[in-house]
Amino acid sequence: MPNEITKPIVEKSWDIIVIGGGNAGVCAAITAAERGCSVLVIDSAPRDMRGGNTRHTRNLRAMHDEPTDVLTDRYSFEEYWEDLMRVTKGVTNEHLAEVTLRGSQELTHWLGARGVRFQSALSGTLNLSHTNAFFLGGGRAMLNALCRHAESIGITFIYDAEVTNIELENGFCEAIDVEWQGQSLHLNCKQLITAAGGFEADLDWLAEGWGDAAKNFLVRGTPYNKGKVLRVLLDRGAQMVGALDQCHAVAIDARAPKYDGGIASRIDAVPFAVVLNKNAERFYDEGEDFWPKRYAIWGRLVAGQPDQIAYAIIDSDGVKRFMPSVFTAITDNSIEGLTSQLGLDPKAAKKTVDSFNAACPDGPIDQMVLDGRATNGLNARKNQLVSANQ
Amino acid sequence: MSLTDNIEADGFDLKALLDPEAAGEVIRVMQICNACRYCEGFCAVFPAMTRRRQFDEGDVGYLANLCHNCGACYHACQYAPPHEFGVNVPQALAAARNDSYSAYAWPAPLAGLFRCNGLFVTLGVSAGLAITVGLMLAMIAPQLFWGIHLGEGAFYRIMPHTMMAAVPLAISTFVVVSFIMGWRRYWRHTGAKWGGFPDLVDAVKASATLRHLGGDTSSGILSGPGCPTGDDGSSNARRIYHQLTMYGFLLCFAATSVGTIYHYGFGREAPYGYFELPVVLGTVGGIILCIGTAGLFVEKRRLHPAVRHDEGLGMDYAFIVSLFFVSFTGLLLLAVRETSFMGVTLAIHLGVVYGFFLILPFSKFVHGLYRFAALIASAGEARRS
Repeated sequence: MPNEITKPIVEKSWDIIVIGGGNAGVCAAITAAERGCSVLVIDSAPRDMRGGNTRHTRNLRAMHDEPTDVLTDRYSFEEYWEDLMRVTKGVTNEHLAEVTLRGSQELTHWLGARGVRFQSALSGTLNLSHTNAFFLGGGRAMLNALCRHAESIGITFIYDAEVTNIELENGFCEAIDVEWQGQSLHLNCKQLITAAGGFEADLDWLAEGWGDAAKNFLVRGTPYNKGKVLRVLLDRGAQMVGALDQCHAVAIDARAPKYDGGIASRIDAVPFAVVLNKNAERFYDEGEDFWPKRYAIWGRLVAGQPDQIAYAIIDSDGVKRFMPSVFTAITDNSIEGLTSQLGLDPKAAKKTVDSFNAACPDGPIDQMVLDGRATNGLNARKNQLVSANQ
Repeated sequence: MSLTDNIEADGFDLKALLDPEAAGEVIRVMQICNACRYCEGFCAVFPAMTRRRQFDEGDVGYLANLCHNCGACYHACQYAPPHEFGVNVPQALAAARNDSYSAYAWPAPLAGLFRCNGLFVTLGVSAGLAITVGLMLAMIAPQLFWGIHLGEGAFYRIMPHTMMAAVPLAISTFVVVSFIMGWRRYWRHTGAKWGGFPDLVDAVKASATLRHLGGDTSSGILSGPGCPTGDDGSSNARRIYHQLTMYGFLLCFAATSVGTIYHYGFGREAPYGYFELPVVLGTVGGIILCIGTAGLFVEKRRLHPAVRHDEGLGMDYAFIVSLFFVSFTGLLLLAVRETSFMGVTLAIHLGVVYGFFLILPFSKFVHGLYRFAALIASAGEARRS
């Protein structure tokens, strides 16, 4: 039986129910409520951890023809389009892409009018101030502002709630079942919006695409994205797009928490490092391109190595060239000492590093230019930023 | 013996001034923050953090005194509890900052007294002085004490001007020396560098507008989001009340200074007319000081429990309450100065004022000193980087 807390939620016939309290869900809810709909937002996380991966976001990319208060210079539709085509290698729904890119001009204004604040256009660690607007305080601050606005216009939120069933009638949703406050509730709605994230926190599901390697993955996003709503939708005949092994996979510190490590767990050292796998072998060109363009391939690369682990060995010159890490680096005065601390074969490691160093040209390095400096005659050739101080 | 000799004679260890637990927590948290940096737009703490890769105890003293404890970074934090990183920057910095006040205080033995029981000590000292002054005056000449005195020099018929001025002169000498010693300790401990006049100008601007207590470094005093009251709201009340307090204090200070100039420069004795400069400055200053301190008291209580540092509250309340009484009794004196209550009110006001100034180097007042020093250092770092 519904109690005092659950009764008002159950008895209402909602115009819209939104599943997922992240940025997409809350913005959809606000848009609906501003057009006069009654809206309920359901989040599976407790309030302190609400909003899925929005908590971990930091900025958005928005086209603009003139400098704004939060973006410098201009980022034209054409430049944005070219960037999108380059990173997707042209595998893009062009109509959807055009709608999204043109719509992005309104973004900072739309969010700003609803209480979201941006950093002034001067800063930005990756020098992205002409393309990206940074939320003041990051994604959680933005989410707090949006939720505050949403509540002020009458939107209801429930947290710690799990959707177990979606009732579809002729392709339309009329009601859903939710576990909340220790009760199974049947909620009526005229329309349903699902924005409940992916399944990256369900390692068994990931294993369907990745095999056993998935067991060793650390999920740096929210632990609440277990794909439960996706599963319900698939069971109801929804069509799947994409592939099970497609995801944003970056190299993160092996000492990071199993879930939720976020941005602070990333490894920025790769271009300045010799990266070894468990067998003390190098496996990819660490300095292939500028780091901001390349960091996202390293998750997949490490996932392909034995036990899904790798070791970035950095010399004393390299240490100061990248963002500091949450976890203190393991240090030693010799390659053998260092690699035995890491549990690698010291002799093999020494041999790999020696042959790397022997192939390095002399002279200073400049991390701001692709200088063409490279190791000579190695299996995994390293371009740029090679340094032989070790 | 120079002041520097005194510092050495003090024998304090620059590497272990702060409580290791408080400093250790700041270092742990800063190492996480420095790998995230989402909060860089809130205030001066985070840009100062990004200019460092490692943090020693001096950095802790510096960063702790740059922080205003607004709480914006806590409510924005993706690593705040219940996350296993358990990041709470305002709380960690508040603990270290509170500890730093006694670590930098001179003479050191007195600092411990105020660390634990600020409210009691402050009010005790003020009340004690008020009673002493009152009793002395009442016993020496009761008929004068309860009499009605009008016109120039009225106050000094109860207490001779030399006496009234000699006490604060002695107290302010002590206070100034104590401030200089504290400042020097802070400066050396944090390894701050003097970068020149522009840094000073920037620090004055930051203090005048309380730039870093708005939740957004680039916003004005009324356009900023203000201090969060949770993850669901924020308010500029604290920033406004703080500035009322600060400007009220400065106006009262100006009133006293102008009065001194009248006295020695033009040979004109207090009390002055209601529309003369010292009284106008003092009245306006006193009223906004009363409003500011009362408001700050309420705002302190409303601070979100997660960011409020309870151990430091005694010191905060002591300062706010005694400052309130300084201004309130001053206004009261103005109101009753032509009645037979002038004597007793004067005694109370002087006692409260003397008490307030005597404990100044061990009260929350020093936050302004170290904050200002930190702002100078931060302006210099920002300019050089």
